[in-house]
Amino acid sequence: MIPELGEFALILALLLSGLQALFGIAGPALKRDRWVAAVTPAVAGQFVMVATAFGCLVTSFVQNDFTVRYVAENSNSQLPLFYRVAGVWGAHAGSLLLWIFLLACWTLAAAFGTRRLPRQFSARVLGVLGSISFGFLLYTLLTSNPFVRLTQPWADGLGLNPLLQDPGLAAHPPMLYIGYVGLSVAFAFACAALLEGKLDREWARWTRPWTTAAWAFLTCGIVLGSWWAYYTLGWGGFWFWDPVENASFMPWLMATALIHSLAVTEKRGLFKSWTVLLAVLGFSLSLIGTFLVRSGILISVHSFAVSPGRGIFLLTFLVIMIGAALTLYAWRAPHLHSEAGFELTARESFLLFNNILLVTACGTVFAGEVAPIISLALGLGKLSVGPQYFNPTFLISMLPLLALLAIGIHARWKRGGLGVQSRTLLLTFAAAAIIGCVTAIGIFGGRGVLAPVGMTLGAWIILSSLLDPIDRLRRRIAIPRAVLGMTLAHIALGIFVFAMTAVQGFTVEHDVALRTGASARAGGYTFQFDGVKPMQGRDYGGSMATVIVSRDGAPVAVMHPAKRTYWVQHTVTTSSAILFHDGSNILVALGQNLGDGRWSMRLQVRPLVSFIWIAALIMAFGGLLAISDRRYRIEQAEADSAVAPLAQGNAP
Amino acid sequence: MIRRFIPLALFVGVAALLAMGIKQAPRKDLVPSPLIGKHAPNFSLPSLTHPQRRVSTAQLDGHWYLFNVWGTWCISCREEYPELLAIAHSGVIRLIGLDWKDTRAEALAFLSTRGDPYQRIAFDPGGLEAIHWGVYGAPETFLVNPKGIIVYKYIGPITPQAWADDIRPRIPADAAVVGS
Repeated sequence: MIPELGEFALILALLLSGLQALFGIAGPALKRDRWVAAVTPAVAGQFVMVATAFGCLVTSFVQNDFTVRYVAENSNSQLPLFYRVAGVWGAHAGSLLLWIFLLACWTLAAAFGTRRLPRQFSARVLGVLGSISFGFLLYTLLTSNPFVRLTQPWADGLGLNPLLQDPGLAAHPPMLYIGYVGLSVAFAFACAALLEGKLDREWARWTRPWTTAAWAFLTCGIVLGSWWAYYTLGWGGFWFWDPVENASFMPWLMATALIHSLAVTEKRGLFKSWTVLLAVLGFSLSLIGTFLVRSGILISVHSFAVSPGRGIFLLTFLVIMIGAALTLYAWRAPHLHSEAGFELTARESFLLFNNILLVTACGTVFAGEVAPIISLALGLGKLSVGPQYFNPTFLISMLPLLALLAIGIHARWKRGGLGVQSRTLLLTFAAAAIIGCVTAIGIFGGRGVLAPVGMTLGAWIILSSLLDPIDRLRRRIAIPRAVLGMTLAHIALGIFVFAMTAVQGFTVEHDVALRTGASARAGGYTFQFDGVKPMQGRDYGGSMATVIVSRDGAPVAVMHPAKRTYWVQHTVTTSSAILFHDGSNILVALGQNLGDGRWSMRLQVRPLVSFIWIAALIMAFGGLLAISDRRYRIEQAEADSAVAPLAQGNAP
Repeated sequence: MIRRFIPLALFVGVAALLAMGIKQAPRKDLVPSPLIGKHAPNFSLPSLTHPQRRVSTAQLDGHWYLFNVWGTWCISCREEYPELLAIAHSGVIRLIGLDWKDTRAEALAFLSTRGDPYQRIAFDPGGLEAIHWGVYGAPETFLVNPKGIIVYKYIGPITPQAWADDIRPRIPADAAVVGS
């Protein structure tokens, strides 16, 4: 009964989303007030139906209803409740329903958030969101219905993919999807403005919190995925430039660019058509990302089951959606005029460069992402693009971006010039250079150029971001949450750059041979070898070493790397000891017995690696803090006064 | 103003590319494994069916075999299961299984209800061994020659067609399981 109810709710949701799209887009165009008035009820109805459908699927999972094919394939009666619920998004059909449910949540939030905006505008925003819902609901019902029953029910389900049975990974897809889907709101705002043919500074102020919220969730989602890959897969990296990682990273880069260009559009009425384009592209990239993951077009650890039919439907849908938005853009963009000019040294210039560099970075990632597809399509054979391509090309746009950031945050709007004394800024740079070089060369003993440069830039961003809040505190001026959030996010970026440079440059891997009582140094830690004890298992014997780790004479931990020899086959397995300390990751693996009491050992220290994830979380928190600023709360009166058109009268 | 059409034009290009990509997508065998032509990873794992015994490279060398990575949680593995049983029945080649990220109880229950096509099954609950084989996802199947060299890798469920077109032709006649 429950699965049928869910399917029925999905069909009703499809109809309601169709009405929502029709009323929302055609209503304002045809000046039908009743249609416009019907949009919000359609949104509410659609939300209720989608939530019902989602609830039905969750219930089927919780109740172990193995007559439902999707439940039987992705759950099991032995599974704890937590993973039975996580099983809902364990595979294609259910994660699509989660996508739709989150879209319905965002739409409802958008209906609530735009209730004080001009009604026509609000209706258009919701109409565009409705058309996205419609497409995805149709996709689900036609190709990926999670409620299909099995003709012969199974006694028990297959269980959830064990890779997904991990708290971090159970939370990773929903978090990522909230971000992905959240970008649809900025997309809808952009399309609504294009449909209306006018785009003013108020528009940018309305759009900003939505973009930042989506961006913050996207950040969290990416971090969760990266952390999971680090400790579960144990490959010792935090980012692999995997095609699916890239698919989430490209919208993130676009959203970051959009956040900054929206700031310019709001403050100065500039970059209008550019901002709109970014808003369209941000969500377009998350649609393309979804397509890449689900069509099986790219091979990756994340690939879902391949089905060409699904791929073709999604491609058609995204061509219609993005094609329509870009056509609208081509038609309307020339009417979006900038309201003023600016000087070269003004903050506008810095943000322009920020945007160019972020979009370039996104473009290089995109090129690397699709190169294998191009190569295959042109019959050039299989091509694999890895870190050898991504790392240097990405760095080329990132280094200038970081340097400009440290200066740019102090640039004044319009007239240009710096808000701080250039001497102060130079001082922060000098301090950062000292910190960077001392850390890179003095502490870590680095020889290359890249490490001191990276660390200097990271430190400079942190110090430079602190100037403004310190100044405000000294003068006892309150710091608005928007500024505080921005500052936090920038400081977090500095920490991130610093930590990442340390990991990339100074991961130490030493193979040493030690006698009992002897010690070796690696990455600032001292490893004292305290002998090997025999250990005994049922079908194996082994040796367990005791290694006392200390730093500067102070004990840190005792680690027990081990090694087992299986009697029958004389095979040996090693189990390494792993430890997190002060943000660094330490690994010790026991090697061979070299005779006369000496053992070989591998020591690995990955400095500051934890700060990579911590920094990214702070960044996301900064974003959320910024949205809570009262300047984004919209009052009725000001919304009405903001309706005056700024483009030449060509509203449809 | 041509400029305003640039994003649209670029997108049309990308969409055309993706459309071409979809056509290529089902051809999963195009993905090479860096291990092809190399020696199969040395391993020694507990046997799934006889926990006190082990399955190791040493026992396998000297024969052709198909190394099939599977798990009871993997839906595509259930899809290819009838084909595996058919291959085992034909006696063309030995099948060695790697039960990946699974529990022993579930795997044994699965084998007892559906039949067991494998000559030996190595049990890899932690999933470490599969990493050495560069496994992306189950099922994946490796064709290994008597010298222990990986000759071919097939990703995804083995369909009757894939068996006839891609895998069977690569197996010489002397690979047949003697005495079956």
